[in-house]
Amino acid sequence: MSIRVDRDLCTGCGSCVEICLYNGVAMINDIAQITDDCNLCGACVDVCPVEAIVIEREELKAEKMDLTQYRGVWIIAEHFKNKIHNVVFQLLGKGRELADALKVNLSLVILGANFDDNLKEFSQYGADEIIYIKSSILKDYYSDLYVKTLTELIIEHKPEIILIGATPMGRDFAPRVAKRVNAGLTADCTGLTIDIESRNLLQTRPTFGGNIMATIKTPTSRPQMATVRPGIFKPLKKSKRKVIIKKIDYDYNQKDSVSKIVKIINREKKKINLEEAEIIITGGRGVGSKENFKLIEQLADCLNAEVGGSRVAVELNWIEQDHQVGQTGKTVSPKLYIACGISGAIQHIVGMQGSEIIVAINKDPKAPILKLAHYGIVGDLQKVIPELIKKIKKIRTEKEI
Amino acid sequence: MKIFVCIKQVPGVSEVKIDPKTNTLVREGIPSITNPYDKNAIELALSIKEELGAEIAAISMGPPQAEEVLREALAMGVDRAFLLTDKAFAGADTLATSYTLSLAIKKILKELKKDEKYIVICGSQAIDGDTGQVGPELAEELDIPQITYVQKFQIKGDKVIVERIFRTEEVVVIETNFPVLISVLSEINIPRNPTMSGIVDAYQKKEIHYLDAERLKADKAKIGLDGSMTQVWKIFIPERKGEHIILTGTIEEMVQNLCENLKEDKIL
Ligand SMILES: Cc1cc2nc3c(=O)[nH]c(=O)nc-3n(C[C@H](O)[C@H](O)[C@H](O)COP(=O)(O)OP(=O)(O)OC[C@H]3O[C@@H](n4cnc5c(N)ncnc54)[C@H](O)[C@@H]3O)c2cc1C
Ligand SMILES: Nc1ncnc2c1ncn2[C@@H]1O[C@H](COP(=O)(O)O)[C@@H](O)[C@H]1O
Repeated sequence: MSIRVDRDLCTGCGSCVEICLYNGVAMINDIAQITDDCNLCGACVDVCPVEAIVIEREELKAEKMDLTQYRGVWIIAEHFKNKIHNVVFQLLGKGRELADALKVNLSLVILGANFDDNLKEFSQYGADEIIYIKSSILKDYYSDLYVKTLTELIIEHKPEIILIGATPMGRDFAPRVAKRVNAGLTADCTGLTIDIESRNLLQTRPTFGGNIMATIKTPTSRPQMATVRPGIFKPLKKSKRKVIIKKIDYDYNQKDSVSKIVKIINREKKKINLEEAEIIITGGRGVGSKENFKLIEQLADCLNAEVGGSRVAVELNWIEQDHQVGQTGKTVSPKLYIACGISGAIQHIVGMQGSEIIVAINKDPKAPILKLAHYGIVGDLQKVIPELIKKIKKIRTEKEI
Repeated sequence: MKIFVCIKQVPGVSEVKIDPKTNTLVREGIPSITNPYDKNAIELALSIKEELGAEIAAISMGPPQAEEVLREALAMGVDRAFLLTDKAFAGADTLATSYTLSLAIKKILKELKKDEKYIVICGSQAIDGDTGQVGPELAEELDIPQITYVQKFQIKGDKVIVERIFRTEEVVVIETNFPVLISVLSEINIPRNPTMSGIVDAYQKKEIHYLDAERLKADKAKIGLDGSMTQVWKIFIPERKGEHIILTGTIEEMVQNLCENLKEDKIL
């Protein structure tokens, strides 16, 4: 495998140098040259306007896989306290679209214990088939049992696409399954389409903290596995469908797992769900004090919104860690995101740039958040927020009349 | 006991900026750093060593300049450092990376004394690719159990007891045996800074062991681009959507204007 520049084609435009994150290309005498730092990511190949850069792969000595044996789209269900995670319904929505494009079946795979009464309801979200592996121990999550069971199912049924929620749990078992069946796995996708001709799944995901998007494909092997970010795709409207239900009982017990759940500590906390909130009001260092943070809460109250914080706000103890938005906090995509006293550091932005409408209140006209915001207010939040609360309350009462 | 810590050099993400005018990458002076979570992994290894005694090997796969992160690990106090570097490793996805890392670990494991235990510690994810897949795939390759998203870790005799966090609503306490691979969250500890003498040792007393595909006896079909099932097909800079309006006027006017806009957007 190698990368090379066709010296005759290269026009020295420099696009490749510009896009490369690794200093992997340099301009020498107006011709692009690959350096030792190149890691073959392929960004330059795509950006080159004259197709002067090519990556060549050696023909694999290993036997080529017969891709045609693999058919069908699978969604793996995650559940918690006997409730299916919302992302599963979102994936069924997207999965239906992919399955229709490929003209194959869509299957929902559940490993669990107490879902017999819910299967009918689950069958209204787009699946053609539900595979329900039932075992009392599977009411909880056991990494190794998930991996073992799913691998066996994959080897038996040979699906061509497997989608899993990019939650911590999904990201725990998906890679291990992928490794065991030697499948490519793309993490945390936010876009999925099919290239009909090759039947390849085109998997788009943010990388480098969301500054760059990469589209990944798995052309030489099957299944094509992806974990998918929650909150991106929409579930289908419920409708009656004919669904084949395959229920299989497994008699797993504790000894079948190498690890033992010693205990589960429930954290009794005001339930917050930033990932699924429609409106989020976030406060940063500019809020000034814990006392002032009440302003943020009041604004949230009157909009029925959740409260978020930047890392600084969390570190200053103005708000709890659970509320942190950003690279080391939550990734959110509400309809409305109001950033108050937040500068817009990249680590914060990566967690909220998927918001539909972003409003920023900041007294520094040069704050980067104002460049990202759809509506920016340059001003002191201590004056702006009370005014905003007043106004919103007025609108609300007018509406009621 | 032997502890393996896998560390990765990543571009300091905070520096990767987009020039809004040309919509291209501003890549001047992107510094490379140790993946932040991997520093938590190193810190955990050091604290285990201090409590129970252990030999710590830091392993990194990357280009020659990844040596820097290994020097930093040595300066923090790890005992040995291994850099897996070879042109043939370039273009590796997580499958190929975990395979390559496993070869190095297996090579070092040959030194393991009878009854000696080992653990592997990874960061929960690397901030460049953000996949978090290498840890579990490495555990699979080594055929040992894994526990990801760990925020507390303890060794009690023959058992490993950890607290794993998947959701804010609950903490799951899990017990397992050696060997095990864990991936750690930043909550687990605060990484120490290297001391002056640590830095001197890292550059003068300790050395970095280089391993290439040949010394690892790597299967060519499983490393680098050829060993990767996923291929980057296209890389692009996301377009920013929508208009960007900076409201002007008095506070009252700005708020009024904002509310009208939000009404039009059907938010209010
Ligand atoms: C590895 C790593 C991970 C990180 N992860 C995260 C993360 O997950 N989430 C996160 O948020 N950060 C994260 N950070 C930190 C990030 O780099 C920034 O430090 C942080 O986001 C800044 O928070 P801030 O905007 O609240 O504070 P500042 O940057 O200090 O900004 C405060 C802003 O408030 C404005 N202001 C001040 N007073 C007022 C007023 N009265 N009215 C209106 N505006 C006012 C100021 O003009 C300024 O723009 C991370 C950093 C690293 C290195
Ligand atoms: N090239 C590498 N060399 C050493 N360790 C790595 C490498 N890539 C990933 N890791 C480890 O795997 C973890 C998860 O990385 P990733 O799957 O890339 O998000 C990191 O925190 C490291 O501990």
